[in-house]
Amino acid sequence: MKTGAGSRAQGPDISVITPRGRSSGLGELAGHSELLLFLTWRDIKVRYKQALLGVSWAVLQPLLTMIVFSVVFGRLAGLDSEGVPYPLFSLAALLPWQLFAGALQRAGGSLVGNANLMTKVYFPRLVIPLAAVGACLFDFLISIVLMAGLMVFYGVPPSWAILALPLFTLAALVAALAVSLWLSALNVRYRDVQHALPFITQIWMYASPVAYSASYIPGGPWRMVYAINPMAGVIQGFRWALVGGAPPGIEFLVSSAASLLLLAGGYLYFRRVERSFADVV
Amino acid sequence: MSEPAVRVESLGKRYRLGTRGTGYRTLREDLATLVRRAAPAARDRSAASEIWALRDLSFEIGQGTALAVIGRNGAGKSTLLKILTRITPPTTGRVELRGRVGSLLEVGTGFHPELTGRENIFLNGAILGMKRAEIRSKFDTIVQFAEVERFLDTPVKRYSSGMYVRLAFAVAAHLEPSILLVDEVLAVGDARFQQKCLGKMGEVSREGRTVLFVSHNMIAVKKLCNMALLLEEGEGAAFGGVLEVVKAYQHDDTSWSAERSWPDPARAPGDGRARLAAARIRGADGSVTADIDSRDGFDIEVDYLNLREGARLGVTAMIFGPDGECILGSISNSDAGWHDRPRPEGLFRSVCRVPGDFFPDGRFSISLMIWGDGYSWSFREDEVLGFTVHETEGSARGDYTGGMDGVVRPRFEWSTARIDGSH
Repeated sequence: MKTGAGSRAQGPDISVITPRGRSSGLGELAGHSELLLFLTWRDIKVRYKQALLGVSWAVLQPLLTMIVFSVVFGRLAGLDSEGVPYPLFSLAALLPWQLFAGALQRAGGSLVGNANLMTKVYFPRLVIPLAAVGACLFDFLISIVLMAGLMVFYGVPPSWAILALPLFTLAALVAALAVSLWLSALNVRYRDVQHALPFITQIWMYASPVAYSASYIPGGPWRMVYAINPMAGVIQGFRWALVGGAPPGIEFLVSSAASLLLLAGGYLYFRRVERSFADVV
Repeated sequence: MSEPAVRVESLGKRYRLGTRGTGYRTLREDLATLVRRAAPAARDRSAASEIWALRDLSFEIGQGTALAVIGRNGAGKSTLLKILTRITPPTTGRVELRGRVGSLLEVGTGFHPELTGRENIFLNGAILGMKRAEIRSKFDTIVQFAEVERFLDTPVKRYSSGMYVRLAFAVAAHLEPSILLVDEVLAVGDARFQQKCLGKMGEVSREGRTVLFVSHNMIAVKKLCNMALLLEEGEGAAFGGVLEVVKAYQHDDTSWSAERSWPDPARAPGDGRARLAAARIRGADGSVTADIDSRDGFDIEVDYLNLREGARLGVTAMIFGPDGECILGSISNSDAGWHDRPRPEGLFRSVCRVPGDFFPDGRFSISLMIWGDGYSWSFREDEVLGFTVHETEGSARGDYTGGMDGVVRPRFEWSTARIDGSH
């Protein structure tokens, strides 16, 4: 069974449509990589087009959050930051966290936001949440520059561990995508997701070592339970790769496994319901 | 003919009432359904609230065919198109499509108002399934076709609606698929551009590509298509040469009525501002009739509910000819009594007086529109009423009995005098 639906050059390809028929999934997605790029680009462009401060929001958001955290958690609460200046300590965690939270927020409503598109033209629906996550990657790359500037400012040179950063970035993307697939597909059917999303994000942040060090978590089995949160391993990894501290061990493996399971489940759920999106949305 | 370009086999689509339109549910509702499902009685009720928008439809068309899909509103035309474009899955049956499929269900799908014309060409092209290189190579042709050269770097939100539609159609028209599925998108744009669009579509089908065209406009259908499929209540009622099928559609007597009423306001056409209650054609003798003598005038009566205190409402009646072409629209703003005056809530009747000696013999349909508050909103119900005009002795055609063209047939005065001066 082939896709044919505007996805490839003219040729004698046949597309078959049946009640149960599935499109070819990931293979079909590969045929729409240009559409994915265009939609990502549109999301980025449109987001900053009418903002007075434009793209500088991509810097301001992590910067302001970091300042607030430094004052509240670093100064007032005096949380331990593993010997690293607290601003660096929190920004290293905010990089992946804001990628994750931003993806949830943007991807969660993405299918509903593109309802007009979905009811008028066919393309693999996966492209929509993927583009939303992709647009967040753009903000992430900008905030990496902010992080580099801050490291120079505090005179904290990166260690060889920074070479592992792409791996942890990938892990953050996988976690973001996994949850985004679930939320975006669920939101088509249950608009409750839109209302619950701010709470989910907030609670999830406190369940992740963003403002505090993971070393506050008691050792032993509790640490493993804590690591089931995909973002726990990712954030520890980012901290270790950027500013040092305890290297992520078995926790990262647990987080990654949880993340991959969530992704596989999200993908399967998405594929199962995507054909009815246009009828339901 | 070799392999068919489109083969449809016992295709069906079932909608559960309520999942159409406001389809999304809340978790609470779903939980409630889950509980109800436990009770066996709930099963029957759910079966009753299902409708088949399309049922057991089969047909085949060869490559290069231009097929018109016609039928009244709600006959399943759009559903068929949505299945063929894979927007929605069928409930039963199977479709085979041979070749690249391009669809045009709405012009400007995916256009973003904040982006410029140039950016939207690329974005829209990608959404419709074009590669970037392909769009780049056709870019100049698209721009030329759309006649928007000077505004390429202006955000499309500043475009006039005409420019917007032209650009959107231009992108889609250059998609060059081997199967093109088109919904009635030509109802937009000015007359000259509509001609251009029709021309482009004709070109597409002459190039040996397959076209499926859903339309109410029988003139366009006859011009563009060589075959037609007539749908009635989701089932294929006729399939064959375009002229025969269109004729069958137009002679389908059951769909013509001199009176329509909607006793239940909740199900009547309209919205929270106003709803239609009834409409009828009243002949010269005061009786409700669908048969009009061409010499006589008649009244179009429209009853409607005003649901908001102080609203300013009006009615437009549109009369369509035998080929679905719009002959005229008449607006109630010449009504000295209630036009542009705030109305209390309640039931109103507007009457449009149509003069005699105006229409030729043939079948006509009437669509109604209710609008309000300085034309700022409106809703429209198509093909509400139908009537047939009969010419009898003494009609405007006089003693001539042969074929006669023209969408209207008024009685003009003629006089002749001998002017060569000799007596």
